[in-house]
Amino acid sequence: MTENNELIRSSAAALAGKLAAREVSAVEVTQAHLDRIAAVDGKVHAFLHVNTDEALAVAAEVDAIRAAGGAAAGELHALAGVPIAVKDLIVTIGQPTTAGSKILEGWHSPYDATVVERLRAAKMPILGKTNLDEFAMGSSTEHSAYGPTHNPWDLDRIPGGSGGGSAAAVAAFEAPLALGTDTGGSIRQPGAVTGTVGVKPTYGGVSRYGAIAMASSLDQIGPVSRTVLDSALLHQVIGGHDPRDSTSLQDPLEDLVAAASIGNVAGMKIGIIKELHGEGYQAGVENRFNESLELLRGAGAEIVEVSCPNFKYALGAYYLIMPSEASSNLAKFDGVRYGLRVLPKDGPMTIERVMGATRAAGFGDEVKRRIILGTYALSAGYYDAYYGSAQKVRTLIQRDFDAAFAKADVLISPTAPTTAFKLGEKLNDPLAMYLNDVATIPANMAGVPGLSLPGGLADEDGLPVGVQLLAPARQDARLYRVGAVLESLLEAQWGGPLLDKAPSLTDPSLTGSALSDAAASSHGGSH
Amino acid sequence: MSDATLSFEEAMEKYDPVLGFEVHVELNTKSKMFSSAPNIFGDEPNTNVNEVDLGMPGVLPVVNKTAIESSIKIGLALNCKIAETCRFARKNYFYPDTPKNFQTSQYDEPIAYDGYLDIELSDGTIFRVEIERAHMEEDAGKLTHMGGATGRIQGADYSLVDYNRSGVPLVEIVTKPIEGAGSRAPELAKAYVAAVREIVKNLGVSDAKMERGNVRCDANVSLRPHGRERFGIRSETKNVNSLRAVEHAVRYEIQRHAAVLDSGEPIVQETRHWHEDTRTTTSGRPKSDADDYRYFPEPDLVPIVASREWVEELRATLPEPPAARRKRLQADWGYSDLEFRDVVNAGVMDEIEETIAAGATATVARKWWMGEIVGRAKNADVDPGQLGVAPATIVELNKMVEDGKINNKMATEVLDGVLAGEGTPAEIVAKRGLAVVSDDGPLLEAIDAALAAQPGVADKIRGGKLQAIGAIVGSVMKATRGQADAGRVKELILERLGVEG
Repeated sequence: MTENNELIRSSAAALAGKLAAREVSAVEVTQAHLDRIAAVDGKVHAFLHVNTDEALAVAAEVDAIRAAGGAAAGELHALAGVPIAVKDLIVTIGQPTTAGSKILEGWHSPYDATVVERLRAAKMPILGKTNLDEFAMGSSTEHSAYGPTHNPWDLDRIPGGSGGGSAAAVAAFEAPLALGTDTGGSIRQPGAVTGTVGVKPTYGGVSRYGAIAMASSLDQIGPVSRTVLDSALLHQVIGGHDPRDSTSLQDPLEDLVAAASIGNVAGMKIGIIKELHGEGYQAGVENRFNESLELLRGAGAEIVEVSCPNFKYALGAYYLIMPSEASSNLAKFDGVRYGLRVLPKDGPMTIERVMGATRAAGFGDEVKRRIILGTYALSAGYYDAYYGSAQKVRTLIQRDFDAAFAKADVLISPTAPTTAFKLGEKLNDPLAMYLNDVATIPANMAGVPGLSLPGGLADEDGLPVGVQLLAPARQDARLYRVGAVLESLLEAQWGGPLLDKAPSLTDPSLTGSALSDAAASSHGGSH
Repeated sequence: MSDATLSFEEAMEKYDPVLGFEVHVELNTKSKMFSSAPNIFGDEPNTNVNEVDLGMPGVLPVVNKTAIESSIKIGLALNCKIAETCRFARKNYFYPDTPKNFQTSQYDEPIAYDGYLDIELSDGTIFRVEIERAHMEEDAGKLTHMGGATGRIQGADYSLVDYNRSGVPLVEIVTKPIEGAGSRAPELAKAYVAAVREIVKNLGVSDAKMERGNVRCDANVSLRPHGRERFGIRSETKNVNSLRAVEHAVRYEIQRHAAVLDSGEPIVQETRHWHEDTRTTTSGRPKSDADDYRYFPEPDLVPIVASREWVEELRATLPEPPAARRKRLQADWGYSDLEFRDVVNAGVMDEIEETIAAGATATVARKWWMGEIVGRAKNADVDPGQLGVAPATIVELNKMVEDGKINNKMATEVLDGVLAGEGTPAEIVAKRGLAVVSDDGPLLEAIDAALAAQPGVADKIRGGKLQAIGAIVGSVMKATRGQADAGRVKELILERLGVEG
């Protein structure tokens, strides 16, 4: 148990070192994580599918190559044998892909996403597929058709969304690494509320081929981990040009691992975005954010204030562009070629009525809400007022970023306005739910990269707070440089990783409700 | 079911037709518009597809660069401007032939726009057709509706879908409204589509076979009273797939519109289906200008940038324009103006060119196409090129005649055999026992018999009246049931009578 504990709590970088030194085998590492999943996922529900056999087979292959030595062993990727979880929006051969929706229940992809091909090429065992809001639409994972994921810090609270499964899996030590997708904050906001690290790369930095599209112009795949360095390592596995994605950047990938290892921020200008803190942000979030600023200032960074006046329109514009694209991207789910097919109960059996019955039964309320919004926004007579205006706002947001980056090397804000809220709390209030993404959406609208890292625990509820860093497009390396420095300063203050403070999920005296009661007693009630 | 029509002459007396064409050209690229699957016609259904063509979750399109080049070439050949940057859009509608439930098509940013094409009518008149745009799009899959009486989706028991055609690159060429054609409208329609077909064929960007749907025409027709500027309400006859059908469909719609207008009823704005068997159209679906396809720019594709250098490079590769080509071919072939115009009007210029390329002389090629094949095509009611005569067949037939193996009369018989599917010319000659009698023995026997039977004629020939030889030749041909080579017979008769030819 103690050895397993050591393995599951190790960073990916540390595991890579132990594997390379043959202190531990890839099968042992993979098995330790599979055991952890078996022990805690009943409570967390981070996984929709566990890929035991294939993961162990890949691990065994890595061990065999290492044992044989020679050129093949020397050519192994640094992360070979380090297991990973994959958000169930990303298609995989050999495992089901559901997108968190009933409409794809039981569907197996005939092809691998480009990022999955790259994981396989690096021989990283894939532990399984993680839970998400249906088609990545949500900020709490409560919109999954397969039940919500629970926040390992408090099982009665949301793990964020849409990538709550990936974030919770990493926070609960079920996986050292995971893949997420981020359309309006679906990697970063779950990172913030689970005390983990998540990165949305520059738009085009990672191939989207094989990520089931929500909003094509906003979606990006990115790394989820417990340390900044681990995200850099994973980013280097999945990043780089892909001829199958026309929007994929041609640039060679920067050395992000080196950036995470620079270790200083002296002389860097870090810009506080005036519009992304203060009013509407929970006090504990604001406090932890200010502490991070002081640490960076103390490390020699120059803190400046920048204003992005058009960010106030970002949420509104996002909720026109995203549903417009989603309404079209989700049209293919019609029961004709794959997935669920529902026949109308009575009346004529026409193709239109079969499509209608299938979509009525297969999609959840939030998905239908967005399809209807998007269909409306694209309709003749409304297009200019809605989609057209939203695109103009997008240009204004890009200009705000341009102006801000003229004054600062990176920008900083809280990742989310609040800590994790209770399951069910905002389920019937879509607008309140949408506001969770107010600080993360601008990066997607402009295509710039963003990273969220743990900033500490909020005073009023003892729950994790996220700090977001933003950099200009193609300057992802700056995020890793600043993020790694801030992480080490914060961990020095805490005396170790923030997740050391998370409750044990295997202590039988602590049930979900006991955890939530403890948290509720110190809850500041500032949502 | 059948609509009332006015005679074409009466329709023309009362109304002025306005035409418009949308011609879809399937490009012959190796792979599809947005996927690496092969672009091949007629294979086993659903084999030339990959996950992109099937609209699987997670897939993304990638633009085929060759398709862009072909589109630019078509635009240049149509005298269009080429957009420096342009985008694709999504046309959203639910229908199972479109696996994504949207078609990726250019919408408000076509790659080519503002062009024209000068069309030569049968009497040499030049008529300019303005081109509004030529834009790129992907083809849909092919649906086959089973069990219904009409082959339409209504009333079918089930439908089969073949996605091999899904994603095949198309260029849609849209004209501006064509005014002033008057009673030449049907002829112009045919000549316009023929010209577009000729262009894309010469560019090598399409197989350009109308019978295979490589070139498909939607014909818009409206009528207005003479002297009125405002257009009437139009109908759009879909998928008219031969040159003759284009002419007939336009003619029929003019006659039908005229009858509707005469009756005081409004024209219904709708698509029409063309029926080759009855040469009529029937009502399709209502088509309003307000159909809402919720177009928006395709976010999965980056804009296409056509640098001026690239466009000029492509322009430099263009083959000669059709008018110049005609001039050159006429000179090369040595046809008179009238002969050449007849060839063009009969629609066999390409066929003659191919036949000459296959080894025939210009005279021989014209003799066969104009003298034999055009008439047979007319009787069969198909375009001459679609009758099924390969250039190689003509070359083979002609060689047999030149070698004296068969004569001209037999050759036409063999041609009929080829068209009836009896085999190659050589096989038919063997099967039907057609061969010129070239062994002099039997010929001399027949000649001697004929001379003996007509001693008076023999004397005339001996006396130098060589034109009398025809009577003897006729007898010999009769005796040999036409299998003798008349030239050789003549020689032998003269030899026999000791007369210098």
